[in-house]
Amino acid sequence: MKIQMILNGRRIEEDIKPDTMLLDFVRAQGMKSVKRGCDTGNCGLCTVWLNEKPVLSCSTLAVRAADSRVTTLEGVEEEAAEFARYLAEEGADQCGFCSPGFIMTVLALKREIEHPTPDQIKEYLAGNLCRCTGYQSQYRALMKYFGVEEEA
Amino acid sequence: MFTIRKYVLAQDLEEAYTLRKKNKNNVILGGTLWLKMGDRSIQNGIDLSRLSLNQVEEEGDSFCVGCMCSLRDLETNQALNQYFQGAMKEALRHIVGVQFRNTATVGGSLFPRFGFSDVLTIMLALDSYVELYDRGVIPMKEFVALPVDEDILTTVFIKKDNRKVSYQSHRITETDFAVLTCAVSYYKGKYSVVLGARPKQAVLIDNVELKDGKNEQEVEAFIAQVVDQVEFGSNMRGSREYRKALAKVLIRRGIREINEMEEEGQEK
Repeated sequence: MKIQMILNGRRIEEDIKPDTMLLDFVRAQGMKSVKRGCDTGNCGLCTVWLNEKPVLSCSTLAVRAADSRVTTLEGVEEEAAEFARYLAEEGADQCGFCSPGFIMTVLALKREIEHPTPDQIKEYLAGNLCRCTGYQSQYRALMKYFGVEEEA
Repeated sequence: MFTIRKYVLAQDLEEAYTLRKKNKNNVILGGTLWLKMGDRSIQNGIDLSRLSLNQVEEEGDSFCVGCMCSLRDLETNQALNQYFQGAMKEALRHIVGVQFRNTATVGGSLFPRFGFSDVLTIMLALDSYVELYDRGVIPMKEFVALPVDEDILTTVFIKKDNRKVSYQSHRITETDFAVLTCAVSYYKGKYSVVLGARPKQAVLIDNVELKDGKNEQEVEAFIAQVVDQVEFGSNMRGSREYRKALAKVLIRRGIREINEMEEEGQEK
């Protein structure tokens, strides 16, 4: 079956099987930032935006993205690079495998809540697992990125 | 993982239902999160996403929630949360992550009547009804007891009846399934309790009287009577005994929270 969508600002039209997952679809389009993690909808590594909302591409059918806008890390490179600097400064990027999905969620949060509280940040990022950092360095990077003053 | 031979974007509910009835391998596609965890060969994957069933609307004395609404839509709906003191948000915010809740649908969460379901627990605590395409509108309590069949859940109606609701849950790890879910509601002087993730399906207990929610002894007796009526079980997340002990704590917290809401209401 044929689907059309706007992928990172570019209109595309492709033939797909009905059970193609969005993760496989976008990777086949060259968007290799999108990673397959748990493949069970739990880890958040495969996060992309569907019509500006973060979704799990491993569990979303590609056909569901027909006639929609799909954004991967490749589509928000400048913003991603800005946040990545905070990650690097805090040593919050070890193996880096979870970073693309993590960054997509952080940027979605920024669009949804410009000045989030520490609790809102923790809650919004709960669906992004990282097995390297222990989260503290990521948390520090997030606090600085959002300009949140931590309580002593 | 599942395979889909043919994808059908339903033009109307009749088309979807006719196809669904024809073959048990013709499946309604919700968020496909749980479906993906199984191993099914689907003949026709039926998509309802173009039938305008993805809205939360206020109509007269009810909130109407379409089956294709995402859990995140429910969680962030201001009117719904304002009306029920944030109980809907509290029930949903622990479910995995924002991405998951943007993907999962209300219909897909309710129709299978999962034992672990936070959604079912909160819905049972409200005066809610489901509209099934074939069977029509029935109370949530009746729906829970029905076997899963070929019908299609199209809409959930939640009555605006001014009840107070408190949602409580306990998880070993944040974002995991709950060890126990609990919702306490208070309506016209009567307390009701819903306990879910027992690990069986959520159950509503509304036949125990509690005259004074601030009287410790009465509360103690109420909790004991409620818990005695509920069957708890064991699984990898907790034993029967642990769940029973937990239920007592969560119900008490729920009653306390409702008392606080009542006091706040009186002050205003």
